[in-house]
Amino acid sequence: MQMKEHKPLIVAFCCNWCSYAGADLAGNNRLNYPADVKIIRVPCSCRVNPMFVLRAFQRGADGVILCGCHPGDCHYTSGNYYTRRRMALLFSMLDYLGIERERTRVEWVSAAEGAKFAATMNDFVETVTALGENKRLEDLRCKK
Amino acid sequence: MLKCSLQNVNAAFARIAESMKLYLPVDRGDGKTRFDVWSEGKEWSTALNTERSAKDFFFPQTENLMEFKTEGKKIEVIDIREENEVFVIFGVRACDVRSFDILDRVFLSDPVDSFYKNRRDHGIIVSVACGKPAETCFCSVFGIDATSPAGDVTAWRTDDAVYFTANTEKGSALLALIGDLCEECGTEAVDAQRAKTQKILEKLPLKDLDTKNFGGGKTKEFFNNPLWESLSSTCLGCGTCTFVCPTCQCYDIKDFNTGNGVIRFRCWDSCMYSEFTKMAHGNNRLTQTERFRQRFMHKLVYYPENNEGIFGCVGCGRCLSKCPISMNIVKVMKAMGGNEND
Amino acid sequence: MQKINREVLLEKAVALLESNTVSCVLGWRAGEFDYDVTPFVFTDAADLKANFVWNDFCGANFSKYLVAKTRKHEGKILVFLKPCDTYSFNQLLTEHRFDRERVYVVGVPCEGMADINRVKSIAGDGISKIEFEADAMAVSTLYEDAPIRVSYADALSERCKNCKSKKHVAYDELLGDAGDVIDSNRFDEVEALEKMTPDERFAFWQKELSRCIRCNACRDACPACTCEKCVFDNPASSLENKAPANSFEEKMFHIIRAFHVAGRCTDCGECSRVCPQNIPLHLLNRKFIKDINEFYGEYQAGAEVGSRAPLIDYTLGDLEPGEVFDRGDR
Repeated sequence: MQMKEHKPLIVAFCCNWCSYAGADLAGNNRLNYPADVKIIRVPCSCRVNPMFVLRAFQRGADGVILCGCHPGDCHYTSGNYYTRRRMALLFSMLDYLGIERERTRVEWVSAAEGAKFAATMNDFVETVTALGENKRLEDLRCKK
Repeated sequence: MLKCSLQNVNAAFARIAESMKLYLPVDRGDGKTRFDVWSEGKEWSTALNTERSAKDFFFPQTENLMEFKTEGKKIEVIDIREENEVFVIFGVRACDVRSFDILDRVFLSDPVDSFYKNRRDHGIIVSVACGKPAETCFCSVFGIDATSPAGDVTAWRTDDAVYFTANTEKGSALLALIGDLCEECGTEAVDAQRAKTQKILEKLPLKDLDTKNFGGGKTKEFFNNPLWESLSSTCLGCGTCTFVCPTCQCYDIKDFNTGNGVIRFRCWDSCMYSEFTKMAHGNNRLTQTERFRQRFMHKLVYYPENNEGIFGCVGCGRCLSKCPISMNIVKVMKAMGGNEND
Repeated sequence: MQKINREVLLEKAVALLESNTVSCVLGWRAGEFDYDVTPFVFTDAADLKANFVWNDFCGANFSKYLVAKTRKHEGKILVFLKPCDTYSFNQLLTEHRFDRERVYVVGVPCEGMADINRVKSIAGDGISKIEFEADAMAVSTLYEDAPIRVSYADALSERCKNCKSKKHVAYDELLGDAGDVIDSNRFDEVEALEKMTPDERFAFWQKELSRCIRCNACRDACPACTCEKCVFDNPASSLENKAPANSFEEKMFHIIRAFHVAGRCTDCGECSRVCPQNIPLHLLNRKFIKDINEFYGEYQAGAEVGSRAPLIDYTLGDLEPGEVFDRGDR
């Protein structure tokens, strides 16, 4: 039987001050990126607690990406530096538990980088599509 | 009485497993034992008891009760109950068998818990007599005979054979399945083994634990005892004792939002938890001392008060070996009962 | 066997209690058997003399109790701390969880604590008596005529085999000799897991975590877990769940538990000691410690009071999350 191609669900946490605007710019410039990406706006990438990432996977995400301001450009001076440490440790831990390391990513995208935003999302969706459905951090109750 | 040689036991398991799920204690490989579904190659453990109690079979830690789907303003309630299939739990010790009676009095009294009853009706219990009780065992204190446990079938294991006797119709039907693998025999071997175990039971350090000071009607006597405070002073408030306990029966009912519906489930609760029995007005046991007291009062006073003097403890000793700070019902009984020097 | 014996500790405790230097003593109380000692707050010298114990089963880390006990008891609290406990003590002070002035710390040297499960795996069940002899425990059981000798090395608990330090980093008074930080192989197991394939690692953790009964003992015993209200107990957090409903819940709880103490965990090993299901939880915490050491430089939580934990700190040139897996050693 021919398997239906799996359409991944991607959750992108985007900082209000940079990548959320970057996504806007990508739209204004008519740059394409897949509709599988669901953007969640956060006041700073540092708002994203490890629980958000896990919860996204629980609720059916196949990939989770965090986008924040470039190091040095945080609207709140240092939020993204903390994000950087937290996510480095979290991603390493997920890998340690045997969860595919390509399902999580952090990218720094400024408000002026509409093209980078679209390119990042295209690349991430492609990577996650190749991985297939998230099986290792799934909650079957949410898939009914 | 039927005798099945140890060489034939696996064939007997295979026979039973043909028609129903067969659970039995299996060594986990790290010195611990758990109930597992029998399949070819799995060996019946000789360990004294399983790490977790057998209550899971009838009262699992989590259990879905119903589901809801919402569409606009319509709510659909989905009944997910299914008739259980018949299963056998083989190798339950006397203490755990008694725990089923204690749970029955809660779940099968009116209003009957249909989820529990469903499992209970479809479970066949094969108990096995103890041969090597541990120092933490004190089932005899609660009138349990470890050498002759209850259950649908009682089994005794000796060095070369397993002996069976059926106690109920369900049990006879089960033994009929494996009849050709067994032979009729007298009770000599079993009597000899029982006598041997009795001698060990006589030597158990906790055999003289005194229960006469506890029981129904003693609430006022114990409730405000200042000892609760010191006994609970280093309690961590974890749920270990309640979750390894074969008779702890408290549960919570919660809703899980799946994103596209709601699953209503129940899960074990623990009186040691700060959220235990939390209500709209808040919580009625605000300190760990009160929560600690609840656990022991329930087992030693409240339960017997409502159940003709039967205690809510079976002396399996799991809490003795599992509590992170080694505080347990024996220490509480000795301190409260005033016979610390026994 | 412990070098310092019970009488030395007892004498110290009684003297401090009777001179009113302290109002109570956080110590170990004898149990029903020779191994089931219970942490206890003694307020009476006679009670201390009768029931105080100090032996190879006094594994509990008392540091966390100080948070609650300094609020409850008037005056100073005498607490006996082993070297690893003093790291937790310092970490709690760093986080201002109790008043240092309210505590009188007596440092006790530790030769490593025994694990009763290991003793039982050698001597069998039915232990009726344990005698602590110079080179081994003499374990009498209901089933053997003569006591079975179990060497202290064989009885040693997992965490003590990988002891990181015999140095007391906090004390008012020290019994015995001062120890040193020691070389340990505590990251070997983590490395072994890292070398596995993701599939093997997934299978390993799936097997271990599936045993979790969500009793929360790992959290409740952890000296770094001192939140007034844990997210996992808070119905308003949407995380509250009293049971491991499925494998996602199990993983979530343990990842978040370990993450919440990352950078603050002193690797005291209480989580694995108290786990009734024998899940090697310390391997999660140690992974964070190892990563922190490799990514941000060596850091030992609790080594000194007032140090800045790695997760509330940063440098401009920190590793990018994407670079975590590009490093040569993987």
